Amino acid sequence: MEKTIANKTITVNEEGYLTNFAEWNKEVGEALAKENHIDLTNKHWQVIDYIQDEFKKESPLSIRKIGKSGVVDIKEFYSLFPSGPLKTATKIAGVPKPASCI
Amino acid sequence: MKRLVILGAGTAGTMMANHLHKKLNRKEWTIDIVDERKEHHYQPGYLFLPFDIYKPDDIIKSIKDFIPSDVNLITKKIDRIVADENYIQMTGGDQLHYDLLIIATGAKIAPEEIEGMKGAEWHKTVFDFYTFEGSIALRNKLRDWQGGNLVIHITEMPIKCPVAPLEFAFLADSYFINKKMRDKVNITYVTPLSGAFTKPKSTAALEHLLQEKNIAIESDFAIAEVNNENKTIVDYGGKEIPFDLLVTVPTNKGDELMERSGLGDELNYVPTNKETLQSKDHANIFVIGDATNIPASKAGSVAHFEAEILTENILHYIKNEKLSASFDGHANCFIETGKSKALLIDFNYTHEPVNGTFPFAGVGPLQLLKESKMNHWGKLAFRWIYWNMLLKGTPIPFVTANMNTAGKHFN
Ligand SMILES: Cc1cc2nc3c(=O)[nH]c(=O)nc-3n(C[C@H](O)[C@H](O)[C@H](O)COP(=O)(O)OP(=O)(O)OC[C@H]3O[C@@H](n4cnc5c(N)ncnc54)[C@H](O)[C@@H]3O)c2cc1C
Repeated sequence: MEKTIANKTITVNEEGYLTNFAEWNKEVGEALAKENHIDLTNKHWQVIDYIQDEFKKESPLSIRKIGKSGVVDIKEFYSLFPSGPLKTATKIAGVPKPASCI
Repeated sequence: MKRLVILGAGTAGTMMANHLHKKLNRKEWTIDIVDERKEHHYQPGYLFLPFDIYKPDDIIKSIKDFIPSDVNLITKKIDRIVADENYIQMTGGDQLHYDLLIIATGAKIAPEEIEGMKGAEWHKTVFDFYTFEGSIALRNKLRDWQGGNLVIHITEMPIKCPVAPLEFAFLADSYFINKKMRDKVNITYVTPLSGAFTKPKSTAALEHLLQEKNIAIESDFAIAEVNNENKTIVDYGGKEIPFDLLVTVPTNKGDELMERSGLGDELNYVPTNKETLQSKDHANIFVIGDATNIPASKAGSVAHFEAEILTENILHYIKNEKLSASFDGHANCFIETGKSKALLIDFNYTHEPVNGTFPFAGVGPLQLLKESKMNHWGKLAFRWIYWNMLLKGTPIPFVTANMNTAGKHFN
């Protein structure tokens, strides 16, 4: 479905994740963060950059991996993106929700 | 002579030995298979041991009974793979050269990953059921447990057979009903996922069953530690859940030999092409079963479908042809729901489990995503199929390696 946010039309799935990363920009990221009641600080942006880099490398994401990224540890990751940090952080970063495997 | 070496004689390695010994030109190729153990365990049986449904004898057989006589079985521990020089270093000093390598060393639990998990209460009030030892210790505990808070918990994904902890919860409900003590037990299902399962349609069906059986669910729980003194599990967000009996599925990891070989990811899984099953870093190494990092279920049924694809690709590779066989992520799992019923799910990389009939469109006899007695008999028959067909590489009639969409009700 389509959604207008930060003066831009983006396509999202039923859970609100962007389906086309090319439609993401920083303003979209800011606006998605607001919807999730998060004010983005420098540290948040470092995590978002990391997530987007991994996505571009097609390398699967997990909380464990973020904890080992050198950007934040797991505790900090939780305090930046409370409750379900990986899900919230990937949504804001405009990348698909990590398939936690099945 | 050229040498093909298979590492691991569990579900996947045994199937590959059985496929390849018939398919390779044996005037050109010798086949070796290496495993440190002598016994083959039917791991799906670990789910039933704690409830006295299976006995140890039902699920343990000798590895050598399943390895063809023209394949060399080597009983040694593998220290590491020296991929740049095409040889295996065994613990104790021996080396084994290979021209072609298949990694099938599986996955295992790593309770030491979580603070306090393997602490003072380990196998006293904190149990796993993903190992033979854990499962038996839990059986002995349950036999005279008086009741209280039973917490069934998943540490982090991915895990082998991701439905097994749910099945454990359902079987526990039945077990305590049969022992006439269900009213003395509170069952809570704790998961790092946002719901009972990973895919929307099956999550809805499974959450309905949890509710029906009066099993509480705590989702989005990312465990930080097991507190052995207070008997609680604590999550990174600060949430705390008390237990009298904790049945946890610890972090699952590939074997440490991958770390020593520099071949694994952060969980010691080997980066693998999800379609061809070739390792991403070395053209003459292929990977199958739980040892891969592909986004498919870590299940015996998946290994079975992969084995058919991998056999084709190994033959292509030897002839210098394109690796044209492509795995679609097909998985087919029975889910025990207690009271002699079960669900069946069938899915792949792109299609989530849905309602329908299996394996014949519109006919069944098995019902997808719906509880039935027939599915339960299917699950129990799986043990026979495993020992007598799966390991030997015999195709299961009417069930194809890649998924069939007929008879499934998408949307
Ligand atoms: C509780 C439970 C329930 C399950 N239920 C189901 C189910 O209902 N349906 C289903 O399809 N699947 C189920 N599974 C999953 C299934 O058992 C596995 O997916 C399957 O066994 C994977 O096969 P594999 O060959 O990759 O690994 P394994 O069968 O685990 O084999 C790996 C082998 O490698 C050997 N090895 C590893 N490292 C070394 C080393 N360094 N040196 C020498 N040898 C080594 C091991 O000894 C082992 O024999 C279940 C699993 C569990 C734990």
